[in-house]
Amino acid sequence: MAVGGSFDTFPKLLLRNAAQFRNRPAFRHKDLGVWQTWTWSQVAEIVRAYAAGLQRSGLQPGDTIAIVGSNRPNLYWTVMAAQTLRAIPVPVYSDAVADELAYVLAHADVRFVAAQDQEQVDKVLSVSDRVPHLQKIVYDEPRGLRDYDHSRLIAIQDVIENGRAALAANATLGGQIDEIIRQGEGSDISIILYTSGTTGASKGVMLSARGCINAVTDTVKFDRLTENDVALAYLPLAWVGDHYLNYAQGIAAGFCMACPESGETVEQDLREIGPTFYFAPPRVLENMLTRVMIRMQDAAPIKRRMFDYFLGIARRHGESILTGKPVPLSGRLLYALGRLMLYEPLKNVLGLSRVRVAYTAGEAIGPELFAFYRSIGLNLKQLYGQTEAFLYVTCQPDGEIYSDTVGPAAPNVDIRIAESGEVQFRSPGMFVGYFKDQAKTAETLTADGYVKTGDAGFFDEKTGHLKIIDRAKDVGRLADGTIFAPKYLENKLKFFPNIKEAVAFGDSREFVCAILNIDPAAVANWAERNNVAYGSYQELAGHPLVYDMVAKDVAEVNRSLAEEKVMASAQIRRFLILHKELDADDGELTRTQKVRRGFVAERYAPLITALYDGSHEADISTEVTFEDGRKGAIAARVKIRDLQTAGSTESLGKAA
Amino acid sequence: MRMPDTSELLLQVEGVSLAFGGVKALRDVSFDIRKGEIRAIIGPNGAGKTSMLNVINGFYHPNHGAITFKGRTRAQMQPYEASRGGIARTFQNVALFKGMSALDNIMAGRTLKMRRGLLWQMLRYGPALAEEIEHRHRVEEIIDFLEIEAIRKVPVARLPYGLQKRVELGRALAMEPDLLLLDEPMAGMNLEEKEDMSRFIIDVNNHYGTTIALIEHDMAVVMDLSHRVAVLDHGVKIADGTPDEVKENQGVIDAYLGVAH
Repeated sequence: MAVGGSFDTFPKLLLRNAAQFRNRPAFRHKDLGVWQTWTWSQVAEIVRAYAAGLQRSGLQPGDTIAIVGSNRPNLYWTVMAAQTLRAIPVPVYSDAVADELAYVLAHADVRFVAAQDQEQVDKVLSVSDRVPHLQKIVYDEPRGLRDYDHSRLIAIQDVIENGRAALAANATLGGQIDEIIRQGEGSDISIILYTSGTTGASKGVMLSARGCINAVTDTVKFDRLTENDVALAYLPLAWVGDHYLNYAQGIAAGFCMACPESGETVEQDLREIGPTFYFAPPRVLENMLTRVMIRMQDAAPIKRRMFDYFLGIARRHGESILTGKPVPLSGRLLYALGRLMLYEPLKNVLGLSRVRVAYTAGEAIGPELFAFYRSIGLNLKQLYGQTEAFLYVTCQPDGEIYSDTVGPAAPNVDIRIAESGEVQFRSPGMFVGYFKDQAKTAETLTADGYVKTGDAGFFDEKTGHLKIIDRAKDVGRLADGTIFAPKYLENKLKFFPNIKEAVAFGDSREFVCAILNIDPAAVANWAERNNVAYGSYQELAGHPLVYDMVAKDVAEVNRSLAEEKVMASAQIRRFLILHKELDADDGELTRTQKVRRGFVAERYAPLITALYDGSHEADISTEVTFEDGRKGAIAARVKIRDLQTAGSTESLGKAA
Repeated sequence: MRMPDTSELLLQVEGVSLAFGGVKALRDVSFDIRKGEIRAIIGPNGAGKTSMLNVINGFYHPNHGAITFKGRTRAQMQPYEASRGGIARTFQNVALFKGMSALDNIMAGRTLKMRRGLLWQMLRYGPALAEEIEHRHRVEEIIDFLEIEAIRKVPVARLPYGLQKRVELGRALAMEPDLLLLDEPMAGMNLEEKEDMSRFIIDVNNHYGTTIALIEHDMAVVMDLSHRVAVLDHGVKIADGTPDEVKENQGVIDAYLGVAH
């Protein structure tokens, strides 16, 4: 196993890897249909030549160099070469529009840009007048760039060749570069990662070399990653997750980073590479499962029956076998058969056969989805982190996995819950500050050096794991002081297939109410099977049997809330099913399909009044926008359903 | 757009007439294609555009007239001679091997370039293997060029129409043609697919220097892409010139919009 130790910068680690792992693969990339491989010693040689070339082009220690593009070896080597020269790489999201790009390039004072291809070069050139310090653009893919003005433009391959020639011609140059590497200190800024900027302008998070290396050394140990592991580097280059999981862990552990052929081929590349370490956000896992299910519907009946049967076995025993809990012998035997017949072949199709450690993070993952992957034997775990921490704040150790927690504190991370319910932490990888923004830095840090995450959470009593419930600013309190985290409730509701959208209300109120949208596809399917006749969405949504069915789901949510002491009083007492779907065209959702809670509250104010004044139905008339832009009005009488709260008498007593 | 740097003629059609029984598909049509240009042939339905392409690549034999390709004049030519001579084409209705993968379809375009016999290729050994690897390399370059890496191994029947068209273009490119005939490359495509295809056509012309003759109904596309446009109506050439000249031509306007009689 490889550990940081006295290696406090990435260039030093790279030299160590070149000496220690020599001919082990460091990078792979599929080019023209064939996987190309570079070993650690080759990479070290290329990066050295690249650094020499960049130095001759004028890149100085302390300069910033932006990197725009997808996961290509040449772009990762740009990061390494910049760090070799003690310059600071600044990766930028490749799908950033020109304005965002201009903002980051100008804010980071970049003098150099490394761009992947013509598209990115065009984008950089189009904003170059807003980037005063810009000197040179280096590019990876020459296609289409032949006729461009090359006074400021040069291919990365040419930079490397120039550097190589210079190193060969001048023996002292190599010594100079070694000297720069030797002078590199752990306190050097290793990288600046710009946050995606969902809340206001994006901020440049500065991370120190020692911080980065200490953090990854811990998690490399935690997940026992070695030079024999392989990861598919397909996450956005500018995202902390890619820089941490692939780049930093890759160098620390000496494992191989495989770069996919293109964004569209990731699925096939995954299958060909067969990574042993894998990260995917819940959305990707969900798409994967949906595709499997759709294809199974077209399979022959006998195969379908076998699929259903063994998934049943997996659901009963899979989790327990994976976590090492006792399972009856018959269960073990059936599961072993299932492995042979279904689980292993299925994982093979998905490219997950060799995965030893898999993580998911970013948003709440549905318990069913999570359980599916775990039950077929994929060691899927959750982590919680953010850019300011250099990713890990918490992560689930093997054997302690729950779908609704994000795990205990990661190694050497110190977490506390502030008075307000906000999660705060100190970690080895925590950021040095925001680039050129002392005020924001001071705002984010507490007086005693903790970082404020902006997320509200609590430690689960049963497991000791952290649960994240919502953004801290969205968390309110009921009139009796109970924490009210709308998103936490809404996510729980939305995990039921019948419920498509949910909006919870309760801040400064006596109790919690919810406005729900049914999922038209799922509920229509149910209606067909149960001979429920309806003429429109509105009619289906108001059907008493639909209300009964949804009420069961909501009661289920209440039961799960009752088990959590912190949330027990925030059970949903009344709900209604809205007569129309919430729609981005009407401004009720954002374009990324997130509920705009404030707007909904305003628009449906009469319904909310009715939810809290005890009436059993309410009239509402709203303006709707049709797809062709015409406007019309929908009037409806919406029924309201009361629910019994679940749980111990103690919490009931408190709620009453 | 870059103008072709040469006025050297690649193909010349002189006084070609073609009749199917009493139907006169082409009547005394003459025009030429210069090396390195994008040449469009347009006209209303039934104007004889596809017949013209079929005459050029030897599928139809004209009743009168002569065709000069790369300096050699001949009245009759077989399709295989045309393709051996460096003419490749795509079809109005996609003509791919539906059950084969995109990769295999494009590999099929290399058939004429393979020197080893059938037996060698079946053995897939030694020189035949080396040859296949080389051809595969060229095909991979085309796959990269057309950005179809993700569908390399997908049977073409499963692909959406726009991608099938792109695979067909790939197969034609695999022949490394001197003259590429495109029969309605954008028919049935949505706007985005049309824009993609236009970009590929321009790129092929720029990057490989391939001369292109295309038939297309979308006027905006034709006017943007081509260097010169020939207009056919009822088998007769009624106009020929740059897009701007053709746009102004009264005969063309009448043919497209109809005239009051």
